[in-house]
Amino acid sequence: MKKVYGSAAEALEGVLFDGMFIASGGFGLCGIPELLLEAIKVAGTKELTFASNNAGVDDFGIGILLQTKQVKKMISSYVGENAEFMRQYLSGELELEFNPQGTLAERMRAGGCGIPGFYTKTGVGTVIADGKDHKDFNGETYIMEEGIVADLAIVKAWKADATGNLVFRKTARNFNPPAAMCGKICIVEVEEIVETGSLDPDAIHLPGIYVHRIFQGDHEKRIEQRTVREA
Amino acid sequence: MWDRNQMAERAAQELQDGWCVNLGIGIPTLVSNYIPEGIEVTLQSENGMLGMGPFPISGEEDADLINAGKQTITELPQTAYFDSAESFGMIRGGKIAMAILGAMEVTENGDLANWMIPGKLVKGMGGAMDLVAGVGRVVVVMDHTNKHGVSKLLKECTLPLTGKSVVDRIITNLGVLDVVEGGLKIVEIADGVSEGELRAATEATIVK
Repeated sequence: MKKVYGSAAEALEGVLFDGMFIASGGFGLCGIPELLLEAIKVAGTKELTFASNNAGVDDFGIGILLQTKQVKKMISSYVGENAEFMRQYLSGELELEFNPQGTLAERMRAGGCGIPGFYTKTGVGTVIADGKDHKDFNGETYIMEEGIVADLAIVKAWKADATGNLVFRKTARNFNPPAAMCGKICIVEVEEIVETGSLDPDAIHLPGIYVHRIFQGDHEKRIEQRTVREA
Repeated sequence: MWDRNQMAERAAQELQDGWCVNLGIGIPTLVSNYIPEGIEVTLQSENGMLGMGPFPISGEEDADLINAGKQTITELPQTAYFDSAESFGMIRGGKIAMAILGAMEVTENGDLANWMIPGKLVKGMGGAMDLVAGVGRVVVVMDHTNKHGVSKLLKECTLPLTGKSVVDRIITNLGVLDVVEGGLKIVEIADGVSEGELRAATEATIVK
């Protein structure tokens, strides 16, 4: 099966529909699928629900889809850096479901692994636990969280081979593997598609079984908080 | 009374050799400047890194290498990277010995509020709820009172909780208090502060 496509637009061909649920990799602006988000903006797909740790900034990342009002709902742990997001949320145009960061990551991983729900201590005794099933294990209380299965996962990796085996780079890995796992279809943008056989099989971060389509592109890789020390 | 740096320096005394710890944003980040001589600690950044190094020098910033505050950082010889699910696996699984984090309110039974003020802009809890529920020990570093002089060490939180009965120790500009059976116990009083001043600035029950 051919997995390599020429561009984000080609890779998204026949996949997008209004009202769909998309899981996205990335933490802040680090390791976000910036080319796929731009292509979804151009495609004009509407009423999108995103499971993504953050919502980008006003003019980069998921922020560009908020500007065009293509997003209906966000499932995120932290959305502090986006003024347009706040405006839409406070005016009621945008739904927001806060998930603790680890709960969101595990919901994606679990969904991708065929685990429909799991128990966690995170959020017990807080508003996050309201309405959720509580259960005691060994004298401690846990709440049940549900796995996420998304219509589409959009992911950014560093390198891929033609079979979709992926290698990430440094902290740009973040939510990308769990997001990839929970997508019924997973599309990955990479900085480089390398010859099959050139990646060390012992050093593959995500096996190609989770990956359906890949393409190579040029990434801006914007830095959100450039912080340096004196030399 | 301690300033921000002195609070960070006092918090650094909590570190033990060989521990993996997670430092929150703000004063907790300063703790890494005061790691005691002879103590080796590994800093975990919940976006997927163990062995966090200092900020880079200008020109060596890498967009793929940031901390949980989204600041550019560097790696160390012992650094390991992993994805977010694994990162919170080690947090939830109790592998991280301690988290040092800021707070808006703490109660005498260790309840913590640090993520949301109703009616104000809500940014989200990030990884704070997972950290306080999962790590071995939670140390809060914060001012003893808010800018109106009202105690932040309370009988009950007025703000939505980040975690219930999760805090072990509180380090403020006035001193150090432990959460124990029945209330807070004074462990240490900052230079130039009297016990009376510390007690007057504390709404929570103080026990012997």
